[in-house]
Amino acid sequence: MGSLILLAIIVLALLWAMITYNRLVGLRNQTQNGWRQIDVQLKRRHDLIPNLVNTVKGAMEFERDTLTAVMDARARAMAAAGPADAARKEGELSQVLGRLLAVTENYPQLKSNENVKQLQEELSSTENRIGFARQFYNDIATKLNIARQSFPSNLIANAFGFAPAELFGITDDTDRAVPSVDLSMKPPQ
Amino acid sequence: MNFLEQEAANRRRTWLVIVFFVTLLGVIGAGLDVAVFGGGPVPVATLTALVIGTVSAWWTLRWGDRAILASSSAASLADCLAAASSDDERFRLQQYQNVVEEVAVAAGLPVPAAYVIPDDDPNAFATGRDPSHASIAVTAGLLRTLNREELQAVIAHEMGHVRNYDIRLMMVISALLGAVLLLAHWSSRALWYGGRGRRDNRNAGPALLILLAIWIVAIVLAPIAARLLALLVSRTREYLADASSAELTRNPLALASALKKIDTAAEPTEHINKGTAALCIADPEGHEVNEREGGWASLWATHPPIPKRIAALEAMAGTLGH
Repeated sequence: MGSLILLAIIVLALLWAMITYNRLVGLRNQTQNGWRQIDVQLKRRHDLIPNLVNTVKGAMEFERDTLTAVMDARARAMAAAGPADAARKEGELSQVLGRLLAVTENYPQLKSNENVKQLQEELSSTENRIGFARQFYNDIATKLNIARQSFPSNLIANAFGFAPAELFGITDDTDRAVPSVDLSMKPPQ
Repeated sequence: MNFLEQEAANRRRTWLVIVFFVTLLGVIGAGLDVAVFGGGPVPVATLTALVIGTVSAWWTLRWGDRAILASSSAASLADCLAAASSDDERFRLQQYQNVVEEVAVAAGLPVPAAYVIPDDDPNAFATGRDPSHASIAVTAGLLRTLNREELQAVIAHEMGHVRNYDIRLMMVISALLGAVLLLAHWSSRALWYGGRGRRDNRNAGPALLILLAIWIVAIVLAPIAARLLALLVSRTREYLADASSAELTRNPLALASALKKIDTAAEPTEHINKGTAALCIADPEGHEVNEREGGWASLWATHPPIPKRIAALEAMAGTLGH
């Protein structure tokens, strides 16, 4: 009788270990997928920008500086080396894009242009997606870290070498500063 | 409470209700199996009722989404875009598609199929057996009434239902409900017609009489209790979906604002029938329960009163520092 109980305990323990291990594997894979998803959205933005610049170029002759800044920031972001560098360059691209979108408000003929409206919507949606992709990555990485650190799943995590996940955050303090948008552009003539 | 705490509380409540349901099922089933079938090793009655309940629920889960979408005259987003009559309408539809894709990114799930229902009353629902086979439908009225932020919050609420497997849960609840009602029905039949043949068992003593009494009470209360429990689960999952919307958008006030707009436009959504009510964001029958709080009537609602939902969302906003 005693050996039967012992057997039952061992079987239950193994079952628990298997379930916990699989849960950790699931979380780790979702975290990796979440990280890649951020890149997918960043790439979507890279692809959309040339279209937007071409569409507004004709009407916004006075904003050539802003337009050039956008294309340059995009090129730099695409050529970034490593995740930390990419994060910084993508942040700069976001700022420059924000300036361009704000400035477009000054051109009424652009505001009524369907193509521009659509591209603005696409860009704003892409900014949202990039934000959400980072948010999802952080949320799932936090779930993984909690599972790694809590007892008793930390026993399995340490036994099978599950590494902690790093959260995505602002590394450059200048990114925390609220961007000042200068809207005092020359009026169209 | 912040949204994570609210989510945990709602999940715990759901488990409690399921345990209660299974207990009720067990009590009635055990009574029937012992009293009528002589209490053999195999609980025939309980198993039969469970099988019938499960098969009907599985069928609805597998094919139900197509039926629900068809019965509400939902048109796919692609069809709507093709039939769009103005640039404005096309833009709105494209925005709707973008919002659905954004929320899918936030939830880390595949993009659900998007549909539009030709009804002026603002409402939305989600359906589908799991996140890989999910559909979200909104009424034309919703697209017209809400701004982009509010639309995002409502889609996030529906995505919350998908992510939390609420559709599957409601199927399980409906299987349990079906099984309980079947057993209660059979039991009351057995008591009425078959009870006379069991007189020889009556000398078994006070313990058995007490169990018999419990069984009879369970049979009498079961039809109402089981339905009320199912509705309690429905309301709990609505609160959970609201908290999930806040988790996905980190913007609970947007959902609160959307609910206020939906509330003031609360006329019946004719295209959504009663069976689908539990999957909607607002009660499609436009019940005054949305206004009145508490009391008997609110126990029969599929959705919590909107003022309470808004209060819960504002509490979440407080914890986010808004």
